[in-house]
Amino acid sequence: MKLLSLSAVELGRAIRTGRTTAVDAMQAVLDRVEETEEHYHCYITLDKEKTLAGARRVQRKIEAGELAGPLAGVPMAVKDNLCTEGMLTTCASRILGNFIPAYSAEAVEMLEAAGAVIVGKTNMDEFAMGSTTETSAYGCTRNPRGTEHVPGGSSGGSAAAVAAEECFFALGSDTGGSIRQPASHCGVVGMKPTYGTVSRFGLVAYASSLDQIGPLCKNVEDCAAVLETIVSGRKEDGEDPIRDTTLMRREDTDFTSALKQDVKGMRIGIPKAYIGEGLDGEVRRSILNAAELLKREGACVEEFDLGLAEYAVPAYYTIAAAEASSNLERFDGVKYGFRAQDAQELHQMYKRTRSQGFGAEVKRRIMLGSFVLSSGYYDAYYLKALRVKAMIKKAFDEAFEKYDCILGPVAPTAAPRLGESLQDPLKMYLGDIYTISVNLAGLPAISLPCGTDRQGLPIGLQLIGDCFQEKKLLQTAYTYEMAYKEA
Amino acid sequence: MANIISDETIEYVGILAKLELTGEEKEQAKKDVGRMLDYIDRLKELDTSEEEPMSHVFPVQNVFREDKVTNGDDSENILRNAPLQKDGMFVVPKTFH
Repeated sequence: MKLLSLSAVELGRAIRTGRTTAVDAMQAVLDRVEETEEHYHCYITLDKEKTLAGARRVQRKIEAGELAGPLAGVPMAVKDNLCTEGMLTTCASRILGNFIPAYSAEAVEMLEAAGAVIVGKTNMDEFAMGSTTETSAYGCTRNPRGTEHVPGGSSGGSAAAVAAEECFFALGSDTGGSIRQPASHCGVVGMKPTYGTVSRFGLVAYASSLDQIGPLCKNVEDCAAVLETIVSGRKEDGEDPIRDTTLMRREDTDFTSALKQDVKGMRIGIPKAYIGEGLDGEVRRSILNAAELLKREGACVEEFDLGLAEYAVPAYYTIAAAEASSNLERFDGVKYGFRAQDAQELHQMYKRTRSQGFGAEVKRRIMLGSFVLSSGYYDAYYLKALRVKAMIKKAFDEAFEKYDCILGPVAPTAAPRLGESLQDPLKMYLGDIYTISVNLAGLPAISLPCGTDRQGLPIGLQLIGDCFQEKKLLQTAYTYEMAYKEA
Repeated sequence: MANIISDETIEYVGILAKLELTGEEKEQAKKDVGRMLDYIDRLKELDTSEEEPMSHVFPVQNVFREDKVTNGDDSENILRNAPLQKDGMFVVPKTFH
């Protein structure tokens, strides 16, 4: 049996039925890492001994009948902005270069309780600020589908690790497209759930009102299985220690039940602005082919005007920078992480620690955020952006009165070449145009492979659902995936 | 560039952001912030006078929980990450002379 080519759910089944073990699966992953990691650099931290010990522990529990879930024994990768107890969590920043959390993120805890085993912590843009994984303080990650290209970002290491078969699935975080865009560039499936679906406890905050944790997987079924494991359902015993105040306790979270190949009568809208100017021709063709395929499966597909699309990026960067500037105030060299050594007094220590500890992109966003929040500019910039956010949310509300799903591209082009994007930050920000409104409106969305360009680089299809409509979204995505395989 | 950021402004923002920028970084920051503001100014095309600022997509307010201690004393573990510690406390440079 070729273990590495199995999906996470297939592997889980093989382990449960005794055809393989958690230890063999982890060994296969570690052998693969040994072979390919020096080319791709998906991980910041790997600890083989600990990882194997973890797999052995889980295998014993499976054999004792204590673990029987779909992900028991399955090796996973975790983005390095999710805290892992006793394991380095750097956020790809120098300022957290030696930070070992005393607790794990709730999503990580839930997956570990289900028997998934951490392979390592994946590379990312520093504090998730970037679209290419090149702002990492620990070197860039190469795209396994084309090693001269970026894997996308900010969850680039997670996407690349799934694509390179250096894990069976991964966790990422998505603030403006950071799960969907790297999934698209690496040819894997990535999903951002509705805001508040997965606890952000233990996720190092970038822009708290937009951040959401989600899975990066080999297929739609795996995505549903992982999401089902990390979703915050209603607690039945009444004991509910609130650890994330924006968490929505959800019912109807049996996402795997939505894996049906059926979109008959489903209404799908394509925003005209998403397939117009600025979109690469090959990407457009793939997206329209995908729409055609869903039509053949019985969906009603049409184009429509989604207002305000061009205002999402400026509103997003204002809000995200503002929240980042206040969230990142905690990195001051006092309680954890890096501290500059040459300071004589406290304020100098703060300043030097932060100036030496943060990279250029992070400083850029902290400066912008501090500016838009400063007195005299707060109303004109920050509040203005929040008002535009309300308008964008309304535009989506109206769209979802007519449509079950919105369809479009994930990114304007396939993966850019390494070193191309950072020269012009504004241009890089504009690359987020199709993913960013989803975060502003709190919507769920999924990115899945729908073709390749002439260089052989993957192209991603984005499907967007209304809030709390993950099941509809997964059903549409699953139908497309099945039909695409058959076609 | 429509938004010209002065030296004073960048100095002030540096204080707010608690960042010590080199001369070169300051010049770059003036350019970057100015260029981003030019772009963000596009939002002014929209009439938002009827809109309330939306800080959260769902109307979640005042989420409370019982004030009950659920975690134990983890200070040793927490202090392990401190750059400098002494007698169970964080050590920082002089705060006054």
